Amino acid sequence: MNPLASIGRTTISFFNTIGRISLFTCRAVFHCFVPPVYGRLLVRQLIEIGYYSLPVVGLTAIFTGMVLALQSYTGFVRFNAEGAVASVVVLSITRELAPVLAGLMVSGRIGAAMAAEIGTMSVTEQIDALTTLSTNPFKYLVAPRLIAGVLMLPLLVLVADIIGVFGGYLVSVYKLGFNPTVYLERTWDILEPLDVVSGLVKAAVFGFLISLMGCYHGYHSRGGAQGVGAATTNAVVSASVLILAFNYIITELFFAI
Amino acid sequence: MMADKQPKIAIKGLHKQFGKKIVLNGLDLEVPDGQSVVIIGGSGTGKSVLIKNILGLLSPEKGSILIDNQDVVGMNRAERESILQKVGILFQNAALFDSLQVWENVAFGLIEGRGMKRKQAHEIAIDKLADVGLGPDIGSLFPSELSGGMRKRVGLARAIATDPEIIFFDEPTTGLDPIMGDVINDLIVDRVRHLGATTLTITHDMASARKIADKIAMIYKGKIIWAGPVSDIDNSGNDFVDQFINGRAEGPIQMDVRAG
Repeated sequence: MNPLASIGRTTISFFNTIGRISLFTCRAVFHCFVPPVYGRLLVRQLIEIGYYSLPVVGLTAIFTGMVLALQSYTGFVRFNAEGAVASVVVLSITRELAPVLAGLMVSGRIGAAMAAEIGTMSVTEQIDALTTLSTNPFKYLVAPRLIAGVLMLPLLVLVADIIGVFGGYLVSVYKLGFNPTVYLERTWDILEPLDVVSGLVKAAVFGFLISLMGCYHGYHSRGGAQGVGAATTNAVVSASVLILAFNYIITELFFAI
Repeated sequence: MMADKQPKIAIKGLHKQFGKKIVLNGLDLEVPDGQSVVIIGGSGTGKSVLIKNILGLLSPEKGSILIDNQDVVGMNRAERESILQKVGILFQNAALFDSLQVWENVAFGLIEGRGMKRKQAHEIAIDKLADVGLGPDIGSLFPSELSGGMRKRVGLARAIATDPEIIFFDEPTTGLDPIMGDVINDLIVDRVRHLGATTLTITHDMASARKIADKIAMIYKGKIIWAGPVSDIDNSGNDFVDQFINGRAEGPIQMDVRAG
């Protein structure tokens, strides 16, 4: 096997994929802004992504907040800085952990479901049927999911912020013996609007990425059940990696010194 | 020869390939207005690819596809939608939308394609279901609750729901027992006559072809190698056609039966 040919093929394949994703993204975004909007489908996706993801996001947030308080305390107590626990918990949760962990959890739940549903539609000719029934699959399948992802992730992260901070409060007050009033005061004093806003912006971007990857991989799945399985895996993996990459980029934009 | 009026569908020199594999290789076909043309041929000979090219789901490399004398190759979306408004299609596995109830599947083209109110579309859907022998109670079920034969009937009801001028049938009897297959054939003949539609069917089921066709065309290696009235099929004088309609392993058509 010629190694140069192999590198060439891989490079072409990589740029081919980038090109296809870019075109898919442009078409998808275009159809989000051009009528008709399928209101019933949008509401269904809002409920699916927002309401049904609440338990998993809530549980993730509360345990994360609890662990964060515990770990911060065991570290800071060595420097007599245990008073900073409240600040670390609230800043870590709002800026980083709530958006990233909620994004990853929703990616596993929703991104996979989108890829599986659209992938099954693709391999069973349902997407072809949509087209022949004078319905644009991008408007009908992709746009409602993208809009719902962008709208619902920030709301989920807002809930995760509150629950995560509450988790830290529970451990700090009932296990570590912090004064509840002082803990809440420190939490409130350190928190600035930008901390929350940056997390919500991240969430909106992550929601877009999760829906985009779910739809893209589902839409292009081929080859029956195996193809749908591969699409599901690819949707979750690519969305997760993109979430982590964009997390850095957005953090850099908001907080670069 | 067919009547000298303009054919409803005229395909000339159609080429389609995937990578190096040539699927359609200069295919020519005419479907006269109001007639039922059935394309027969083995698996992998390009039957489904032909229909997908006509519907614009795939783009050919060369050739023209005229529907009502308009070339659909290279049409923009708006122009194509005006063509698709005339078309109904029964997919091989019915391709019903899993997330919608049966009546919503049948009424889909009316609600989404033509902007009809749901209440009115529901009434039409129930009528169309009755036309294919399904009661109104079936309308509230989901596709996953239906048998294969019922799914085909619902697919047929969806195909005729908008009273199309042209209907495509992709393997209408595949996966059905012979009796249910014949029921579907009868429904197709009955409904198509009722609508006066032009139809193009692809199948490898000869019983189905004989029942629903006015004209049969055989596709082999991406070309139409024989076409004629259904009454001539047994005396085609074409060895490929004879081998196919008699289902013989021996003959000029060599099947690739190598494993792997």
